[in-house]
Order: sequence, then C-alpha cells, then structure tokens
Amino acid sequence: MAVCIAVIAKENYPLYIRSIPTENELKFHYTVHTSLDVVEEKISAVGKALVDQRELYLGLLYPTEDYKVYGYVTNSKVKFVIVVDSSNTALRDNEIRSMFRKLHNSYTDVMCNPFYNPGDPIQSKAFDNMVSAMMVQVC
Amino acid sequence: MDQGPGTVSGGGFISLSENEQRCYSDLYTLCKADSSGKLAASKVGELFRASQLPADTLHQVTELCGAKRLGYFGTGQFYVALKLLAAAQSGFPVRLESIKSEMPLPRFVGMKNDAEVLRYPNHSQNTESQGHQLGKPPTTIAWPSLDKNSLKRTESLGDKQAPQSPPPSPPNSPSSSSYQDKALSYSYRKQWNSTEQLTASYESKHPSRPLLQQEVSSPSNYGSKSSLTHSSVTQALSVERSAEEGSADNHDDPWRITEEQRDYYTIQFKSLQPDLSSLISGSVAKNFFTKSKLSIPELSHIWELSDVDCDGALTLPEFCAAFHLIVARKNGYSLPEKLPQTLQPAFLQIDAVSPKTKRDGAFLGSYSELVPSSQQKEPAHSEQWEAINELPTTPEPLIVFEDESGTAPQETNTVESTHPPLSDKSTSKQEPRIDSCMSAFSPKRNPAFKDTSVDEHTPVENPPAAKTDPPQELEHQVKSRTRQRSYSSTSIDDAMKKVEEPPRPPPRPQKTHSRASSLDLNTIFQQNSQGFKRGWLPPPALPPRPLAGQIPHFVSSTETTSQQKPVRKLNFADFSKFSEEEENAAKNEAQGQLSKAAGSSEESSPLKKDILPAQPPLKPIRRKYRLESQNLDSQEPTPPLPPPSSSSAPGTKPYPPVQKQSSRQKRAIQTAIRKNKEANAVLARLNSELQQQLKEAHLDRITLETQLDQLRPVSYL
Repeated sequence: MAVCIAVIAKENYPLYIRSIPTENELKFHYTVHTSLDVVEEKISAVGKALVDQRELYLGLLYPTEDYKVYGYVTNSKVKFVIVVDSSNTALRDNEIRSMFRKLHNSYTDVMCNPFYNPGDPIQSKAFDNMVSAMMVQVC
Repeated sequence: MDQGPGTVSGGGFISLSENEQRCYSDLYTLCKADSSGKLAASKVGELFRASQLPADTLHQVTELCGAKRLGYFGTGQFYVALKLLAAAQSGFPVRLESIKSEMPLPRFVGMKNDAEVLRYPNHSQNTESQGHQLGKPPTTIAWPSLDKNSLKRTESLGDKQAPQSPPPSPPNSPSSSSYQDKALSYSYRKQWNSTEQLTASYESKHPSRPLLQQEVSSPSNYGSKSSLTHSSVTQALSVERSAEEGSADNHDDPWRITEEQRDYYTIQFKSLQPDLSSLISGSVAKNFFTKSKLSIPELSHIWELSDVDCDGALTLPEFCAAFHLIVARKNGYSLPEKLPQTLQPAFLQIDAVSPKTKRDGAFLGSYSELVPSSQQKEPAHSEQWEAINELPTTPEPLIVFEDESGTAPQETNTVESTHPPLSDKSTSKQEPRIDSCMSAFSPKRNPAFKDTSVDEHTPVENPPAAKTDPPQELEHQVKSRTRQRSYSSTSIDDAMKKVEEPPRPPPRPQKTHSRASSLDLNTIFQQNSQGFKRGWLPPPALPPRPLAGQIPHFVSSTETTSQQKPVRKLNFADFSKFSEEEENAAKNEAQGQLSKAAGSSEESSPLKKDILPAQPPLKPIRRKYRLESQNLDSQEPTPPLPPPSSSSAPGTKPYPPVQKQSSRQKRAIQTAIRKNKEANAVLARLNSELQQQLKEAHLDRITLETQLDQLRPVSYL
C-alpha cells in the first residue's frame, strides 16, 4: 500500500506530498527527501544517453525495513516518489508502474489547467482524489 | 401583540410579534425536513397551498421572502414568507412593506396544525422571481433568534453549499451582484429594501454578515439565502404543481444551463473563438475567466471540472459548463466536487442542439420562463411550469420556453417542451440570476445579455405576461427593457471602471493665505506698487519697539525676547502707528535689542495705542495680534489714524474692502506694506541677535558644565 506519494518539482522541492498514516508524515517526508539523491543518481547515470532513452520509471530506489521507495521522473524532471509498505508484498512492479502512469496522467491534467502555474503546489482536487484512491487501493 | 423581541441588527428586519414568532417557529418545525435548516419544499408548498392563496400570490411571496433566490426556504425566508402570506390573506398587497405592520397570523387550511395553519401567509411566486433578483445580502432579513442558528446554517449552507438547493436565483444574484442589484430587480429590490427596513429584530444579519463580507459571497449569501427560500418554495411549488419535477430537478437546478445562459455563453465563446466547434485555448480562457474575479484556486477547480478531456482547451460545452460554474460560484454556490451531470459536455451537447432551434426566441424563452415562474399560474395546471410560464395577465413579452400545455399560444421552444427539465422553474430562475451574473461578468455582452436579463427582470416585475405575444413583440419589448436596464445594470467591468475612476476629490480649497502676509502683500503690491517701494524705504532697523509693550498681553508666557517679536508683529498690525512711530520704533529696536522688553514695552505701549486702530491691510497673522492689541488698546483711546479709515479701523478684517476705500486706504495700505517690511527686517535682526545670545548662553552653559565636571570627579573619588 502506498503510504506516501510525493511529487517533486524540477528544483527538488515538493509540489505535492501526501502520506497515509498522517502521524508519520515527517518520516515520510524525510524518506522522500533522501530518495531524491537516489533519483538524481539514476538520472545522471543515464546522462550520456539522450533523455528519450532514459526510462521514466526508475524502479525501486532503495528498500528499507518498513517500506520501499519507488521513483519515477518525467521528461521535465518532475519526480514522482511512491513509498509503499514493505509488508505489502503483493505489489508487483507492474502495479507500481501503473500507479506512476496514473500519477503522471493526473499531473499532466493538472498542468493543463491554465490557472495552474508550474511550480505551484498542486491543489487540484482531481489530483487529490486520484492520489487518495491510489493510496487506499493499493492497501 | 407586541413586537417581537428579535434583535434589531440595524434595520431591514422584520419584527415578529411573539405570537407570530411562536406560530412561525411551529410552522417552521412543521416544515422542517432536514437538519440543514432548509425547509422541505414539499411541506412548504403544502403549507402555502393550505393558505388558499392564489398561485400568483404564492409566487410573489416566495420571491419576496427570498426563497426563490436561494432555492430553498431558510428560516428567514420562511418567516418572511409566512408574514407575507398573512398579509396576503389579510388583503394587503404582497409586498415587504405590508409585513412591516402587525399582521394577523396566516391561515392555513388543511394543515396539521390548524392554529398555525391559520397563520401562513400566502406565498406568491413572485417572491421567487424576486428572490432571483434581490441580490441583497440576506442580512436584511431578520429572523428571530430562534432561527438564528438555522438561519446561520442556511446561510452558511447557502453560501457554501448552495448547489444542493436548486437556487436558480443565486447564480443570478451573485454573479452580478452589482448587476443584479441594479438591473434585475427594480421592484424586488424595492421590496427587498422594504423588507430590510421592516425586519428589525433579527440577527441573521450577523451570521450572514461575515459570510457576506466577501464581494462574491455577499451577493451569494443573499442569493443563497434567497435561494434557500426559493428552493424550498420552488420545491413546494413544484411539488404542488408538477409531479414530474422531482426534487432532484430542483436540486440540480443551479447546474442546469438555461437557454438564455447557453446563448450567452455561446456568445461569449464566440467572442473568444469565432469557430464554435473549435476550442478555446487555455490561456485565452484563463484570461477570460480571470475577469470574473474569482480566486485562482477556484478558477482552477472550475477548470478542472469543466475541462473534461483535460486537453487544456475548452470546447463549447466545456466552456458553457465552466462559465456556468463561474456564474454559480459567483452567486454563492459552492463548487461541486465533480461536474454535475447537467454540465457534462455530453449533456450540454445535446442541449446545444435543441436550444438552437429556438435561438431566435431564446431570449424570449428564457424570459418567458422567468415570467412564468414568477407568475401565478393556476395550480390546476398539470405542469407547474406551464402554469408558471403562462403569462396570462400582462402582455409581457415573455416567451415561455416551458411547454405551456394549453396555455397561451406563446412561443415555446420546442426544445423546451422536449426538455421539460430544462424548462424548469429553476432554469428560469437561473436565467435571471445567471443572466445577471453574466451581464455582470462581461458587460460587453450586455446587449444580448440584457435581453435575457431583462426578460427575467421584466417578468418578475410584471405579473405574468401574456405569452401570446409574438416573439417579435416580446423581443422588442425585451430589448427595450434591456435598454432601460443597461443603464442601471452594473457589470463587473463597469464596477471596475468606476473603481478605476474614483470621484475626483473636491478641489482643495485654495490656500488662502489667511495668515501669509505675502499674499496680502502681493495683492497689496499689485494695487500699490508705490507702496511697495515705499515699504522698503525705511531701514530695517525699525523694530516697533513700542510694540514690545503691547505684546505682553498676548505673549505672557513667552520670554521677553519672544515678546519682542510679537511686539513687532503688533507693530505691523498697527501700521498707522508704525508710520508715526517709525523713528520711535527704530530707536526702540536698537534699545530693545540691548535692553529687555521692559524698556521696550514702555516704549511700545504708546505704539500699541497707535497700533490699535486697525490697519486695513492687516495681515491675517497680524490680525491676531492686532486684535489683541486692539483689545488691549480698546480701552485706550486710540487716535484715529488718518490713513486707516474707520472702515479699516476695526481691523477685524484683514482686508477691508480696499477697493472700496478711497485713496486714503491706498496710502494706508502702502504704509502698512512698508511697515510690514520694516517690521520684517526688524524681526529678522532681532532674531539674529537672539540667536547670538542663545549661542552665548550655550557657551556659558558648556563652560559651566565643564567646570562642574572638573569638580565632580574630585568628589567621586
């Protein structure tokens, strides 16, 4: 179950962060933050190759005892980070990918809104709903 | 029955007697359907019907009380409606003024509680239409404290969660708060105003006030409030009238786009994108919708809702939906979480087809819709809207979209008939509101919009217009009405323009140099150039020493040195004396600088006497001194100075009409000028001397302090 979903902007500040057990929010924020290093590492690893060749889905960034962190980066260097509970072993890679795809689509929809300024925190209700569905559903 | 205790929140509250309060609260609870504070439309309708008043009256009452606007009955609206019913039953016209006075309790027949039943005033559908147009904040409605909470709830509900109640009026009212207030409901506004005045003791004002603070919220609050009542009334009426119109329709009303609105939206779309079948880009739409002055998050949310395909552009249905949402939001409806079904592009696409058929009469249709709703239609009609839509009495150019089954051969849009839901009262209600909103939104569209808005407006104002009028007439009339309204309507842009051009501040009063001697001197100089020259002739050492003595009277607290100054001023005032005492003054000044005021005062005292006679061109500043000197010298016999004529003598006036004076005054003026200059010079010198003395004193002080310091350390050790 996705316990935390975060959208990080290109400048590495969070556009959207949401975690499910809200009491551990700080922990997840920290986790996401530290995962950014891994994301950067993975991005730069393919630096030589063209951006197109770099896969958007970064896969498991790093596992910990309690949870796993998956990463996804868009072509505009917007990063999606999903933290899932390690206890939920039923989650397969495909499911994570689909989650990222949905995230990406929702993010695109948010961007399509002319009233949304890139770089603003995402306050779209539709996006919220989608994320909530993902966080609940995956559990 | 005594007037109800209700808190008087500042006028505009209906005061209910205790009996009335009791009855009304009973009735309220009777009709209360949910805990939201809104009354069940069905029960309210039942109650109204039980009042045995004609449908027209009920409509009027509904509108007046604001329920129509809100779309449902809140406590406030309900009470107002009850009172109106009572008034109607008593034979009074259904107006807000009627309920100012004590009203017998309304009577209702067939209600459970007969006693209370008796009290219910007749609702009139007019109230509905009124509600549309009354965009005033609900604060005006005062409700007994009993219902304060419910009212608050309703208000908050109406304000925040309007969508649930199908308050067609709210969309109209808020969107163009200014527009609505001015353009839409002339009559209702008056009524509303009267209601406001009437309602005295209800504190609804307060709860609603905070809600109303916002620009949008205030009209929306009102709208929501009225919509609350309206919705309930509407519901009541709908229940009363039509079976097919379920409450669902009423609830959806705010989200249904009427033909008028659609046309308006289409026109707006065209303004942005001539091709109706293509898209409006996001940036264009953003600029356009930003004009609505909604907050960006709200606009963002609206966009989210309306841009179904999330392509960053709006098709016509999407645009209509977005526009409609904006209108609704401005009218106080809170934005839904998801797009209502009636705003779905697919739904709107279908609607778009049919309305076009009656595009010509669209305005009229919407107009007629409004009228019918506002009008009292025989309840006997199977379709409530038919009855409502019918405009039997007045030949108002109301084109009833609604299918009027068997009623006047009005032009009814086929579409309307095919889409009964569209022709709901709610839509008609929405039209005026939305029209008002739209008009407010974009004043440019006023002409077209006004037609529609006028439609709603006129129907409201006028009792059911004859549907039989041919569309052309209707249109013509509508347009004429529109024109009338155009002047009064205020759109957002107009409001903005007005804001941009704030009334120029009144021209600052010219600095009348009442005190500035320069001014006086200038005028004097103009008059007497010679005098000017002469004024400078005397050497600066002219200090009217004698004045020093005169000064004390008004410079008691000042030091002698300062006294000297005023003395000089006094001297100035006493020009006549000046001329005589010039020499003396010179001497005095020389002496005064060295000596202190004592000596000068003695010398100046004689001067003072001379100064007493008012010099004609007394400087305003000097005037003070002069007056004082005059007071002082009033006792002393003042030799009338030749130059200053008696007219100038009083000296109260700085400028006795010199022009009228003879040459003597001229001379006097010249003399005065000269003296003033001399006095100036004298004072300047005095000032410099005093400064010198001050410096010396400072030096002394410093030396003393150093000595003290030198002595001090000894002791500290």
